[in-house]
Amino acid sequence: MPDPRMIGYRSPSCTLEVERGRLRQFAHAIGETRPEYLDEAVARAIGYPSLPVPPTFLFCLEMDRPNPYGWFDDLGLPLPKVLHGSQAFRYHRMAFAGEHLTFDAVVSDVFSKKGGLLEFVVQDNTITDAAGAPVAEFRRTLVIRHG
Amino acid sequence: MAETPSLPRYAEVQIGDALPPLVLPPLTRQQLAVYCGASGDHNPVHVDIDFARQAGLGDVIAHGMLVMAWMGRCLTHWVPQTAVRSFDTRFLATTRIGDAITCEAEVIGKSLESGEPCVRVKLTARDQRGEIKTEGEAVVALP
Repeated sequence: MPDPRMIGYRSPSCTLEVERGRLRQFAHAIGETRPEYLDEAVARAIGYPSLPVPPTFLFCLEMDRPNPYGWFDDLGLPLPKVLHGSQAFRYHRMAFAGEHLTFDAVVSDVFSKKGGLLEFVVQDNTITDAAGAPVAEFRRTLVIRHG
Repeated sequence: MAETPSLPRYAEVQIGDALPPLVLPPLTRQQLAVYCGASGDHNPVHVDIDFARQAGLGDVIAHGMLVMAWMGRCLTHWVPQTAVRSFDTRFLATTRIGDAITCEAEVIGKSLESGEPCVRVKLTARDQRGEIKTEGEAVVALP
C-alpha cells in the first residue's frame, strides 16, 4: 500500500510561458497536419489569437517546471517502476501561444490493486491564466509495478 | 482562408457514428526521440534502451501521451478544438518500436452536460495485431 501520507503533497506552484516555437515542434512530433496548429497566420485567420495549445500539450508544458520529476524523489517513487496509468483533461477554454499559465498540483489519492503488486498515485493539476481564471484541469494517475 | 473542421449539428449526429480513423506507420526510435524533446518528457524509459532493460521492460516504450496526442488528432480533425470539453484515456498496454497504431473513434452517447448538448466519443488505439493499447473518452459540445 502506498503511504497515505502522500495525499496532500503539493508541488511548488509554477508559471510557464506557452512558446510558439515549442508548439510547432510539438505539432511536428505528433504528426499534426491541420494548418491552424502549424501556421500562425492560419490560426489568426480562423479567429484564434495565436497558435493553439493542442488537447494534450498542457501535460507537456507542465514538464517544463524546474526538476519535473522532483516530486518522485520527494515521495520516494522509483522512476524505473513507474508507468502512466491514465490521464484525464477538463477544459474551460483553449489556451494559446504567448500565454503565461500557472500550474498547481496536489496528490489527491493513493491506492493499491492485485494485493499490492500495483500501487497507484493520483495527482490533480489545476491550470489558471495570468488573470487567475481557470483554463483546464488534468488528473495524472501513475502505476508503480512491484514484482 | 483555411477552415477548421465544421461542427456537425447535435441533431444530425447519431450514436454509432464513426469518426475518420487515424492510421499511423510503424513507430520508430526517431519518433520517440523527437517526441521526447518536443514534449519535455525526458523520462529515460522512452529513449534509453539500457535504462529500459534495467527497468525490466526489454526495450524502450512509447510515451502514453504520444498515443493520447494521436487520439487527440482524431478529435480535432473531426471538430474544431473549441468544442472539446473533456478528454480521458487509460493506458492499457505499452506501445513498442514497430507497432503500427490505428486510432478509431465512435459516438457512444448524446446528452445535455451543464445544459449544453454534448456527444460522448469513445476512442481506441490498436496495434497491427488488434491489441488495444489505449482507450479513451471525450465529451464534445455541438450546436
